[in-house]
Amino acid sequence: MLYREALNRALDELMQKDENIVILGEDVGLYGGSYRVTEGLVEKYGEKRVIDTPIAELSIVGNAVGMAIGGLRPVAEIMTANFSLLAFDQIINHMSKFHYMSNGKIKLPMVVRFPQGVSRQLAAQHSESYEQMLSAVPGLRVVATSDVNHAYHALKKAILLDDPVVFIEHELLYNKKGEVDFNDTQDPFKARVVKEGKDITIVSYLKILDDVTASVAAIEKELNCSCEVIDLCSLNPIDYETLAKSIKKTSRLVMVEEDHKTGGFGSQIVSWAAEELFYSLDAPPLRIAGEDVPIPYNRKLELASIPTVDSITKKVIEWGHKNGL
Amino acid sequence: MEKLIAGDIYYLMYLGRAFEYKAKEHYMTGDISGFLHLDIGQEALSVAAMKAFEKGDVFTTYREHIMAIARGMEPKYVMAELFGKASGVSGGKGGSMHLFDPSHFFYGGDAIVGGQIPNAVGCAYARKYQGNLEGVMVVFGDGATNGGAFFESLNIAATHKLPILFLCENNEYAIGTNIKRAAPFKEQYKKAEPYMLTKAIDGMKADEVYSAVKEAQSLIEKGHGPIFIEAYTCRFEGHSMSDANLYRSSQEMKHCKARDPLPYFKEKMLNSFNFSQEEVEALEKKANECVDEAVDFAANAKEPPLEALYEHVFYEELNNVVS
Ligand SMILES: Cc1ncc(C[n+]2csc(CCOP(=O)(O)OP(=O)(O)O)c2C)c(N)n1
Ligand SMILES: [Mg+2]
Repeated sequence: MLYREALNRALDELMQKDENIVILGEDVGLYGGSYRVTEGLVEKYGEKRVIDTPIAELSIVGNAVGMAIGGLRPVAEIMTANFSLLAFDQIINHMSKFHYMSNGKIKLPMVVRFPQGVSRQLAAQHSESYEQMLSAVPGLRVVATSDVNHAYHALKKAILLDDPVVFIEHELLYNKKGEVDFNDTQDPFKARVVKEGKDITIVSYLKILDDVTASVAAIEKELNCSCEVIDLCSLNPIDYETLAKSIKKTSRLVMVEEDHKTGGFGSQIVSWAAEELFYSLDAPPLRIAGEDVPIPYNRKLELASIPTVDSITKKVIEWGHKNGL
Repeated sequence: MEKLIAGDIYYLMYLGRAFEYKAKEHYMTGDISGFLHLDIGQEALSVAAMKAFEKGDVFTTYREHIMAIARGMEPKYVMAELFGKASGVSGGKGGSMHLFDPSHFFYGGDAIVGGQIPNAVGCAYARKYQGNLEGVMVVFGDGATNGGAFFESLNIAATHKLPILFLCENNEYAIGTNIKRAAPFKEQYKKAEPYMLTKAIDGMKADEVYSAVKEAQSLIEKGHGPIFIEAYTCRFEGHSMSDANLYRSSQEMKHCKARDPLPYFKEKMLNSFNFSQEEVEALEKKANECVDEAVDFAANAKEPPLEALYEHVFYEELNNVVS
């Protein structure tokens, strides 16, 4: 199954069971979705439940909030993260706050999904990541999904939950292959250890996690050590427990993210580790992130603006040598 | 319209189409990547509007190669941008969707639908403030007329009586969604009617576009305030290279292509503007040569150096800033 098919299956299964679930977004219906996540659903559930909207992101999320207040369970799709900026007022002022401001009287069972990140030469207005901003909003659950199995389980949970969830996908993952383990009972909103190890904890999420995984063999060989790789899965709330357990075991932390380094999501993980686990660490944490520049169109520059398998491998090895590995 | 301008318009339309087909070809070979939105079928609007609105400032969308060329950017520098080269109009950092050239008062190349409209309104305010009423032209698609930025802009432009031309290119589609499924009516000028003078034209006819935009520009220059023109067009290709165009029937495409702006204007060239067949062919030949040269230039141009990644994040170096 492909990542996009796993998402599609999650939507399909739940829509079949609960007619309150509706989908809204640009080109989600007749067109089948820009990344084909909603393919076939309008044929099955009709235009009343799979709603093609005008290009009006503020209204897509704003309407979803109203639909949730009115008793539906909307799943809104924003075509690309950059367009979600037009909906930030609704996401931050409305979606994230009604439950708290109403002293718990209003609940918003809704999901806002979008893909983000650097794909292939889509340039500065189509390549950004916003988990750093969104995960800083109290009241908003933020999930980032990096593989087929997790995508399926996490989207189901996001839809079934009575909290508002921002569900982050990545443009380069839609055609990623994998299997869904239908018996998987792990909580998809908790961090997952994707590879066990005992010397370095490498924390990551979303697409760049694949690059981490691909660099591990070379790192282990060169440093003669073993890496534990953790997929964060949920960016708010953060599963500190799983992280602490791993870092206490390995005594070393590497944080890898695709986004710009300054103010990036990983700074939260590293500052938390410095505050809470200082005496468990044998080395200063290493943060690997994108450059502090808008994403350029030219392919060479684009690749130089984000971490890659090569740069991750090189940086971790350098850091390892410097720190007694 | 004078003969000279007609010749210019035909030349640019023909060149524009040849340019787009070359871009398509080089997208297939991988020389061009990312999102590539072709303007094939809509050359009349892109060229004639730019030629008619010679003065002032222009803001537009990601489907702007032909507009950029018609505005005066050299095809070779536009093609080089599509190839991501250092000599491209945006240094290879913008790509197809982000062509900028302030020396031609052309400010993108914006890929956030509707995002350029408030920018154009602000620029119109600045021009009026400076006592310059030449006007700002903002081009956007039918898809942009359903967003808040559009409605807010109409209101502000009308309130301040700003020198601005709203030019809506209604090709009936926003990617795969037909305008009838996204708005209660097909004619988007109706949304502007309460605020300003509006006009609807056939955007496939270069002469009609030229005279409507020319007239609007001269009214704006005389202090008339904002004007809205809606031009009905039809794109021949998918929304971008990633769109297979499956939502339009062959019947619909046949209708669309019957409105081809090139044969229409060629006929005008021969019968209304007294061009000879040879003269027209000479223009076509010149246009093809220019596009071939542009491709050659782009293919052989240099990539930007790695340092370019960090250039132009800020205009001022931090240590130059005095508070
Ligand atoms: C704010 C925003 N939402 C969505 C998109 C994705 N998108 C790019 S072009 C487009 C359709 C625009 O249609 P229209 O305005 O009619 O212009 P056309 O492509 O027909 O020239 C969409 C939805 C975007 N670029 N920006
Ligand atoms: Mg359109």
